[in-house]
Amino acid sequence: MKISTHAYNVGQGMKNVWRNKLFSLASIATMTACIFLFGIFYALGANFSQMLKSAEEGVAVTVFFNEGITQGEIDAIGQEIGKRAEVSHFNFVSADDAWASFQEEYFNGNEELAAGFADDNPLANSANYEIYLNDVSMQPTLVKFLEGLDGVRQVNQSEVAAKTLTDINGAITVISLGIIAILLGVSVFLISNTVMVGISVRKEEIAIMKLIGAKDAFVRQPFVVEGILIGFIGSAIPLVLLYFLYGRIIVYMSSEFNFLSSMVTFIPVDVIFKTLIPVSLILGIGIGWLGSRITLHKHLRV
Amino acid sequence: MIRLDHVSKSYEAGSPALDDVTIHIDPGEFVFIVGDSGSGKSTLIRLLLKELEPTKGKIYINGQDLKKVTHKKIPMYRRNVGVVFQSFRLLPDRNVYDNVAFALKVVEAPNKDIKKKVPFMLSLVGLAAKYKSKPNQLSGGEQQRVAIARALVNDPKILLADEPTGNLDNTNAWEIMKLMEEINQRGTTVVVVTHNMEIVKAMNKRVITIKKGVVVSDVGGDNYED
Repeated sequence: MKISTHAYNVGQGMKNVWRNKLFSLASIATMTACIFLFGIFYALGANFSQMLKSAEEGVAVTVFFNEGITQGEIDAIGQEIGKRAEVSHFNFVSADDAWASFQEEYFNGNEELAAGFADDNPLANSANYEIYLNDVSMQPTLVKFLEGLDGVRQVNQSEVAAKTLTDINGAITVISLGIIAILLGVSVFLISNTVMVGISVRKEEIAIMKLIGAKDAFVRQPFVVEGILIGFIGSAIPLVLLYFLYGRIIVYMSSEFNFLSSMVTFIPVDVIFKTLIPVSLILGIGIGWLGSRITLHKHLRV
Repeated sequence: MIRLDHVSKSYEAGSPALDDVTIHIDPGEFVFIVGDSGSGKSTLIRLLLKELEPTKGKIYINGQDLKKVTHKKIPMYRRNVGVVFQSFRLLPDRNVYDNVAFALKVVEAPNKDIKKKVPFMLSLVGLAAKYKSKPNQLSGGEQQRVAIARALVNDPKILLADEPTGNLDNTNAWEIMKLMEEINQRGTTVVVVTHNMEIVKAMNKRVITIKKGVVVSDVGGDNYED
């Protein structure tokens, strides 16, 4: 097809949006509602993920060594740990560090009680590695590996915390994906219905085009442009709404519910929108394109 | 130019719309196809436009077997066959100029050709002065002229007209038929489906009569009797 024909069809597609004002408005409203809900779920999901991630970061696996182990052997274990994909980072806590931390936690204000131990460190065998994971669901695999290492006496883990976080993570992923899939399905169905109504209104025009020798692509293009345009407008409107709403909600939550700000850090609006803008636009335009393609495919054989 | 060899067309229920029809039309001919409502005239036009497939028999247009024209090639085929309908079938939201230009846009004609051909066609059908009018601002006869201009602007070798005067008063009907005759004299093969016997008799052209899907007579203008 020639460039001038593409330009003509793009122009016709734009005019069609205006010519079918009512149907266009219905489609845009449908799309706006769907993308708006999608945006809300995305923002909620992203914030939940962030909260879980920070909770996961606090869950550590602790590895204690056999008595009489040399520093060289401890370093070798450390190198093995460092090679594991499950590990985000790990710290070596010497027996002295462990004792100092214990004193700070339990004898704070009563240092004279600790003085009785003088140079005799009661936690002499408590040197350990504190290992933090990339993903808490990987904990069992790592623990199994650590327990198999030579020189390792004991591996402490928080099984309940890891399992709960993994379960919550899984549930949120499944629910979010389910809701998003339903929303997308509903959008495609509604857009395709709207385009179908638009097509039945213009059945005569399509029939005339076909009878005077228009190729399928020529007939299809304005409708596809129309679908894409509706998709674009229908995703741009909720993005603007969400942008202002999200910012205001964060400010409101942080100011009205002070306890939340100490527990939760909301993801800033620009970080959320760095993903939400392209995803929503692609979804909106994609749904518009797909809806019009599906409908036209069914109705183009004139 | 147009050849139907033992063509039959049956719809799902009832007797066949066309039954063993054989017709040959030479290039440059002007032919009337007459018959009562439901005799199969419009089915014939739809077969020639490849809107329908025959149940039996073969149709050749310009030597081309229509059965071999695939769905993808139908647009190219239809560009060689102009068509005019009783109900004009113009695009109501576009003016006269755009309705005619639309046929050229569809075949991706260059803009400079469109600017040259559309005014020429409109002057040929006597509507040059009304190029800005919308269809609803025109009389029935004028609307049919626009439809004829649109059908001819791509220089088709064949013009099919399905009851072109069916919605027109007598004066306009005659003007449209005179225009068709002029078009025929320029070399276009014209096939007109009609039941306006007054015009058919006066025009003195070949007349094919169809009754209940069967060709019952095929005679030259001089020999036609209602």
